[in-house]
Formats: sequence, structure tokens, C-alpha cells
Amino acid sequence: MKLDKYIRPEVFPTPFCQGCGHGILMQAVLRAIDELSLDIDKMVFVSGIGCAAWIPSPHFAADILHTLHGRPIAYATGVKLFNPSLKVVVISGDGDLAAIGGNHLIHAARRNIELSVICANNSIYGMTGGQVAPTTPCGAKTATTPQGASEPPFDLCKLVWGAGATYIARSTVFHVRELIKYIKKALMHKGFSFIDAISPCYTQYGRRNQKVCGVTPANMVLNLKKTSVRAKAPEELFTFPTGSASGGSEKDKILLGEFSNPSLHFPLGRDSAVVTRDKNQ
Amino acid sequence: MTKHFLQGNEACALGAIKAGCRFYAGYPITPSSEIMEQMARELPKVGGVFVQMEDEIGSMGAVIGATWAGAKAMTATSGPGLTLMLENIGYAIMTETPCVIVDIQRAGPSTGQATKPASGDVMQVRWGASGDYEIIALSPWSVAEMYEMTIQAFNLAETYRVPVFLLADEAVGHLRESAELKEDIDVIPRSGKSDLPPFGNPKDNNVTPMPMFGQGRKLSVTGSTHDEWGYRKTQSPEAQARSVDRFCNKIRQNADKLAPSPFPLPYGERIGEGGTDYEKYYVEDTETLVIAYGFTARSALKAVQMARANGHKVGLIRLKTLWPFPEGIFNELPKTVRKVLVPEMNQGQIVREVQRFTALPVKQYNKTNGTVITASEIAAKLNEIR
Repeated sequence: MKLDKYIRPEVFPTPFCQGCGHGILMQAVLRAIDELSLDIDKMVFVSGIGCAAWIPSPHFAADILHTLHGRPIAYATGVKLFNPSLKVVVISGDGDLAAIGGNHLIHAARRNIELSVICANNSIYGMTGGQVAPTTPCGAKTATTPQGASEPPFDLCKLVWGAGATYIARSTVFHVRELIKYIKKALMHKGFSFIDAISPCYTQYGRRNQKVCGVTPANMVLNLKKTSVRAKAPEELFTFPTGSASGGSEKDKILLGEFSNPSLHFPLGRDSAVVTRDKNQ
Repeated sequence: MTKHFLQGNEACALGAIKAGCRFYAGYPITPSSEIMEQMARELPKVGGVFVQMEDEIGSMGAVIGATWAGAKAMTATSGPGLTLMLENIGYAIMTETPCVIVDIQRAGPSTGQATKPASGDVMQVRWGASGDYEIIALSPWSVAEMYEMTIQAFNLAETYRVPVFLLADEAVGHLRESAELKEDIDVIPRSGKSDLPPFGNPKDNNVTPMPMFGQGRKLSVTGSTHDEWGYRKTQSPEAQARSVDRFCNKIRQNADKLAPSPFPLPYGERIGEGGTDYEKYYVEDTETLVIAYGFTARSALKAVQMARANGHKVGLIRLKTLWPFPEGIFNELPKTVRKVLVPEMNQGQIVREVQRFTALPVKQYNKTNGTVITASEIAAKLNEIR
């Protein structure tokens, strides 16, 4: 399959480190678009700050809006509300979406606005040098937790479920076929969709936590297979212990699957919250 | 021309609709909330979109996003909310996103007195975002000007592709008076499709037309330093220098014609000579010159008239554009001027700009107790310094 047409020719090579999962995630997003035959000229890719924000910007040959740290969902909300005919996709990292941008994340989910948010979750701040993130598992060593992280992490799927998202799924860059399937569903979802895409960061996370991640980037990717558990039912999300570890460990398993439960939500939340533009005018 | 009895904040919203604003994102904050409430009522009537966001950060982000989707967009707030917006306003400067931010100033710092007037944000709008840039800020003194200057702010935003501030104070925002809302006003439309680079013409560095998403142009927009096509150039001294120079020069070089005002006449009885940046009252032979803006200028005009009635040679220059500071006023002053008085509802912000551009003795009168400066207070100060 030729994905070149979705990439700006002048921007190669990509800036990602060896062993980074973001290149696989980039391809998964483009394959999903290709398999759905979407018109990329009617799509807008919005990202924040960090390594994950560089997945669409500047690589994707589409309209790309590279915003401030934590703010892509707010910008995407403005784009989508003013021109609902555009398909608006947010691709950003866990620190961007869940820490500094956490308020925008939960309120966009509450509005159930038709945005696809893809979180490239590597459990660390990569670009700034490997500081602890709200998704870092307890005990993990980072640049700002040299004795090990002491705070419990967010489970982002639980978070957006509680806030009102109507399509939620988690997969990893190891399970790339499944990841593409979920991204396709998110792109076609009429409401707020969220993909927790686990993508390892060897440079900042793996090398500091080699006991659980292994000593090479390849180990870290293979660990995703060992530590992942597939959900048998969406409700399993609520009984599964939170441990979103990009590298995984014995006790921090990753629960994969789709967790949406549309019956719990109003079908089009934004109609009640927002005056939508009359398309005839 | 229709005469209305309405509030300054309501007039601002009507001006925005008239200017073609079709997107509003905001967060409630006293004393600006009436603008948001009015926009929630008016926008659906004209096919526009209103959204109340989760905070001021989100509001400004949504305004920028909607602008790139093709909207003329606005938000309104007050000092503390503006503080939250400033990071995104810096982004609007960097990405040359035209939009309008209304700041109805209240007494600060911090929560301060939410329902009381002040002019404490003059420097916040000038320097609040990080880095180097020039900014445009207009200062209305009446309900009619809340309407007119909102339109003017949109026109300036479109012309120079910058965020423009309407910097009013609570006293003007909540003022109720009769006002003529002019129908026959030039509105500068969003520029059409263009093949020019989105971020400045490399030939002359001039502003290029504002593009929009969804037209197949494959736009790249980033708050990082970028070239004319929007590609990140975070290691290039040339790209960084070009960006900052462009953001400053497009305003500095046009400062004298900055207000292509659709309003040749100031509102109401025309006493002074109308300029686009400022108005002059009784300055031909004046010895003491008052320089004022916003609600304070209303009191200053009254004080000047009281002094004139007593035979004192006192005049007023009312600033309508605060940023870029209309330094040209000092080139046109009559030789009779001996001293200058700058009354402000802050501890002295514009007075320092005045001092930068004149060698005349400059006195100041400052009031920061959450009440407006009255005409008698200015008159007393004029007596004291005469």
C-alpha cells in the first residue's frame, strides 16, 4: 500500500528516536485513513507540544495545526464547531492531553463533540528529557523521580469514560492491526472518540527502567505483547488495576480493547450544549 | 442611523455581529459577561456559532481554531481571564491569526474588585505574552464607541492579521446611554483564496491573505518559529529574526495609518478635532494639556471645560488607540503647552509612554480605589499644578 501521498515529501526523515513507537502509530493513522478512503484535504490534524505532536506536524500532507502545550483539543473544538464538514483529528501525547491539557480533554468528552483524539501514550515526557508524567506507573524511574514515581497514574480510558466519551479504545503499536481497526472506528464515530495508543519510549523511559523494559528498544516493543491483556467485556475496564505502562512490568498490565458504552450517553451531546451553525447559511 | 439606549457591553456584541463575527468562545467573568450573553443570543440569528468553554485558555484556543476554519472570531474577558489567554494570544501573534479580544478591565491585581473599574491592564495587553511583538489596543469612552471600535478592531485584525484588543474599563462596559449605532460602516471582509505563502510574502515581507482549512492548501500552522510556508525553523537565526521583525514592523511601519477608521466623526457633539488615533479638545492655545483615555477621558473633558469656563488655558487629548502608542501627538503640539497631566485608573502606565516622547514636565493623577476619576478631582489636580 502506498502511503506516500499522505506525507509531505520534503519533511523526511522523521525525527523519532530508534525504538520509538510513534512511527508505527503514524503509519497506523495513515493506513486507517487510506482504508477508509477519506479525503485528507477535508481533514484537519491538530496537535500540541511534544514528540507525539510531531506525528502529524509537519509530516501529514493535510491541514495541520500545531498548537501550544495541552491546547490542541481547545483549538480542534473551534475548528470543528465552525466547520462541521471537516474531520478533525487530535494526535498528541499523554502529558499534553492528560496533564496540562486535562481540562480540555474531559470537557470535550463531556460535550461529546465529534473529535477523534489519539493519545500517543508513552508514560513519560519525551521531548523535554524524560520527566514523570500523569501516566507514569508507580515506581518508574524518570528524570524527576530518581527514586521512582510515587503518585498513581491516570487510566486515560477510565478518565474519558467518566467524562462522557462515546467511543474509547486502547491498543499498542505492537498490536498494529488492532490499532488500525480501532482508529478507523474512531474516525467514523459520530461523537467524541478516544484512542489510548501505547507507544514505547526507549530513550527516556526504557533506558531508565531496564529491569522491566529490557535492555534494548526491541525488548520494550516485545514486552507490549507479554504485558497486554485483552478485555473480554468493556466493563472489565472498571475492575482492571490501573497501570498504563508503555514498557509494562509484571504488575502493570495493559488492558486492550474497546470500552465504549453508548447507551449511557446522550446521542449528540453537543446539540444540547452548543448552538450549531445552520449549514444553509 | 438608529438611536438605541443600551449598555456598552451590549453595543460591543452588536458591533461584533456587524463586523462579521460568526464565532464566539468565552468563559464567564465579571464585568464582561454581558458580551458573551448577548453573543449567545445574537449569533444563532446570523448563522454563527457560540460556545462557552471550560476556561479562558480553552476560549482563546477555540477562537484561534475557528479563525483557521474561516471564521471571524472574538472572545471577551477581564484582567484575570486575560492572563489565562495570553499564552494563546502569543500563538495568535506568531501564527498571524486575526481575532478580537475584548478586555473589560476591573480593579486588580488578582480577583480584586470584580465589579469596579480600573485601567490596570494597559501594560498587560502590551507585554503580557512572551517574546517580542507589537500589538494593537483601542480604548473606547462611550457606548457608541464600544460598537464602533469593535468593528474597527475586526477591520484592523483582518488588515494586519493580528489579534486586536478592545481595551475598555468596567465603567464604559456597564455604562448605559443612548447611542447611534451606524449602519453604513465599512467592514473589511476575510480575504479570499490566494496562492501566496500563508506567512508573509518573502519578496517584501508584507502580510499575505489569511487562508483557511478545508481548501486543499495543506496548510501547516505552528507556534514554533517557521518560514513563510509554516515549516518549523527552530534552529535558524534568519527565520527567527524574520518572524520577530515582521510581527513588529507590520504594525510599526503602519502606525500612522493604523486606524483606517470607518468613523470620520467621533460620536456625539463634536467639540474637538477628530483624529483616528486621538481627539484634540481646546489644544490650540493650551498651556496645560491633559492626556486621558477610556472613561477617565469623559471626566477629563468635563474638567477641561470647567477650567476653560474659569479662563484657564487647558486642553485635552483623548487617546483612542493606546497601542501602538500615538507618539505623533507630540509633533503637533502648539508651542504654548507648558506641562502635561495624565490621569489614569492605575498607578501610572500610559504616563510613562508620554514621558518617553516629550521633554515637557509630565504630572500624573492616579486612582486605584475601584472608583472612577471624577471631573472635580481632575479639576482640583489642574489647580494644584497650574
